[in-house]
Amino acid sequence: MTTASAAATPPGNAVRTAGADLRDALHAEWTKLRTLASTYWLLLAAAALTIAVSAAVAAAFSCQPGECAFAQTGADPATISLSGIDLGQAVVAVLAVMAVGGEYSTGMIRITLAAMPRRLTVLSAKAAVLTGCVLAAGAVAVLGSFLAGRLILPGRGLSAVNGYQLLSLVNGPDLRAAVGSILYLALIALMAVGITMAVRDSGVAIGLGLGLLYLFPIISAAVTSPGWHRHLEQFSPMTAGLYIQATTNLRSLPLTPWQGLGVLAAWAAGAMLAGALLLRFRDA
Amino acid sequence: MTTITPYRSDLRPGRDGFAQLLRAEWTKFRTVRGWIIGMIVAILVTVGIGLLAPASDSSGCQQVGPSGPTGPARSGSGCGQPSVSLGPGGEPVTDEFYFVRQPLAGDGSITVRVTSLTGPAGTINSPDGNSYGSPGIQPWTKAGVIIRKSLNQGAPYAAMMVTADHGVRMQWNYTDDTPGLSGAVGPADPRWLRLTRSGDVITGYDSADGTHWTQVGAVTLSGLPATVQAGLFTASPEYEVDRGHSTFSGPTQATAVFDHVGLSHGWSAGPWTGEWMRGDTILGAGGSYHQAGGQFSVTGSGDIAPVVAGHGGAADSYMTLTNIVIGVFALLIAVAVVAALFITGEYRRGLIRTTLAASPRRGRVLAAKAIVIGAVSFVAAVIGTASAVLTGSAIVHARGYAMFPEPWPAEVRVIIGTGVLVAVAAVLILAVGTIVRRSAATIAIAIVVIVVPYFLSVTAVLPLGVDEWLLRLTPAAGYALQQAYPAYAQVGAIYAPWNGYYPLAGWAGLLVLAAWAVAALAGAVYVLRRRDA
Repeated sequence: MTTASAAATPPGNAVRTAGADLRDALHAEWTKLRTLASTYWLLLAAAALTIAVSAAVAAAFSCQPGECAFAQTGADPATISLSGIDLGQAVVAVLAVMAVGGEYSTGMIRITLAAMPRRLTVLSAKAAVLTGCVLAAGAVAVLGSFLAGRLILPGRGLSAVNGYQLLSLVNGPDLRAAVGSILYLALIALMAVGITMAVRDSGVAIGLGLGLLYLFPIISAAVTSPGWHRHLEQFSPMTAGLYIQATTNLRSLPLTPWQGLGVLAAWAAGAMLAGALLLRFRDA
Repeated sequence: MTTITPYRSDLRPGRDGFAQLLRAEWTKFRTVRGWIIGMIVAILVTVGIGLLAPASDSSGCQQVGPSGPTGPARSGSGCGQPSVSLGPGGEPVTDEFYFVRQPLAGDGSITVRVTSLTGPAGTINSPDGNSYGSPGIQPWTKAGVIIRKSLNQGAPYAAMMVTADHGVRMQWNYTDDTPGLSGAVGPADPRWLRLTRSGDVITGYDSADGTHWTQVGAVTLSGLPATVQAGLFTASPEYEVDRGHSTFSGPTQATAVFDHVGLSHGWSAGPWTGEWMRGDTILGAGGSYHQAGGQFSVTGSGDIAPVVAGHGGAADSYMTLTNIVIGVFALLIAVAVVAALFITGEYRRGLIRTTLAASPRRGRVLAAKAIVIGAVSFVAAVIGTASAVLTGSAIVHARGYAMFPEPWPAEVRVIIGTGVLVAVAAVLILAVGTIVRRSAATIAIAIVVIVVPYFLSVTAVLPLGVDEWLLRLTPAAGYALQQAYPAYAQVGAIYAPWNGYYPLAGWAGLLVLAAWAVAALAGAVYVLRRRDA
């Protein structure tokens, strides 16, 4: 990956305010991100993959005629139509890792830090620009998935006749699932940024990040003790974070949807904190 | 004019062979501290995750859904110390059915005609005082004639039976099963069944009309005493429904109608006794029999079959190998990172140019790398899995529980199989890394094609059926090498990846994974030769 060097040249005035610093940093990071071809491909892939998998899972849903009532299927239309996030988040994580890791693998980070010695400003700018891009792609992904679910699911038995509401953003829980899923993707990106800042290597960061996401659900499936199972799910950044997609059976969840997203936010904050401290107090 | 003699080393030139290449690659691997540390940490994490299940298991019970779709489901009553019967082969068995029997001495033959096997859906009143909603007859509901060594649980037997959906079968000693006539039984389509004892050999026959008989099988039950218990039986296994990973189960009951019951060739009829045969772990809902003239109608519940590991009911009391080797996913991710960096690191640092200058035969460089990373991954996976299995079973025993009984080769098979799985996966990732040349992309691809298919099936994102195809076609098919327990076709349980059953046999899964690895290696050799480094 070649990171384009286009850090904005600061004008020659002597007194600079912190606000101007941040504005310049944002500008520089935005230039770096938008001049990489891979950014567009990955954002496109994240949205397309999410929508495709969501539509496929919705189309694969089946219930025997006469057994489609909610009491029998326990199906959650919002969760089903947003399942593509399970895979789309991997692409978002890769994008975030590349945005930071690319600087380290090419040595660009030294130029970046020489041009902008306030390291935390650099990190905030990077995180902000990346979050903006992921929010935009996430909105496309989530709305596309929702639309696919709205069109496909009624034909698969989850129709009004069987007691399911048509997916709609006017409906409170559905809106929470949609907005929450977009925020979920942004938090995944922030977590990946923090991890990459801490380990400074794209490969290791991707292994750690995706491992953290996918291992928890796999392990909690193998742990049979109900108490531990519950704890693992409560701590899992992915499982807990995706509670935000739940619109039915909320009482059976170990956490409320927003608490679940809060768990992921805590992971992201922890990773960002670790990344920030290491960036601040370590040689690049 | 003076001629300057160029400096010439006294050392002999190093030999340029494959062994030297292997040594060079091994040196590269072992001298990167991060990779060695990574591998060691991965082994420790694998063992640690493997211990989670045995250490946290407080009851020995699998989680069972709170309520069934048609009534209260029943969780296994055998939590804690196993109270499961063992069959002649040492495997846990269910030995529960309604038996209309009499002791019979010496050699002889028993013949019956079955005219119907029914079990309507409805409410079952169980002897334990509860009522259960039941979806009715199950595909493997069975009724017929049986000869048993004794009335003890897990005693050797041979039986001829009709089943609801699988035609006539001969089954013996819980795990063995041979098909006879096909088609369902009914008043217009009766089935004649016969079992003949001659010494230790029991031969089963079936017939559609009572005159033309076909031999289905002959089995030897060694040590059969002079007097055996023989008669009619009906058993109807638990139903099991998968609703996004909560398995709902409950008893079912069926009734078979027999007539033309005949004892011959040395046996003569005495009085019949009806009895519900069962062990400590009850799955069924009892039974009864009713005799009118020459007609017997026998109502029964339960199953005569092996216990399927990782399922509710009797299997609840056991910890399975599947739970203990789950940490291999952490190992796989670590191996993916190291295998990817093993090649992409050369590109990132420019070392690849030195490597290829020193050894211009590029295919051989890749072969040496594949052998080194494959061997290292194999060893790491075997150490990790073996330690997890050893410490895991030790904890299980120390806490007073038991591992699902299985002859020890199962453990060896799982350990070696895991080693092979991880080794071939590492070679695949190395090949992908050679093609892609970027660590981040390689590791992302590796995790998405190897770990995510399993994740999707474990978390029930995809319906059962779709996820099975993922585990047939993607490199994740290799997990089949980790299946520890056989899936019995004659037991209608849910065999899914999340409880340790894979859609392909171990060798077939390995073939699929190996095919991916070979294809990727071929592509890698091609681009490595064609492309400037």
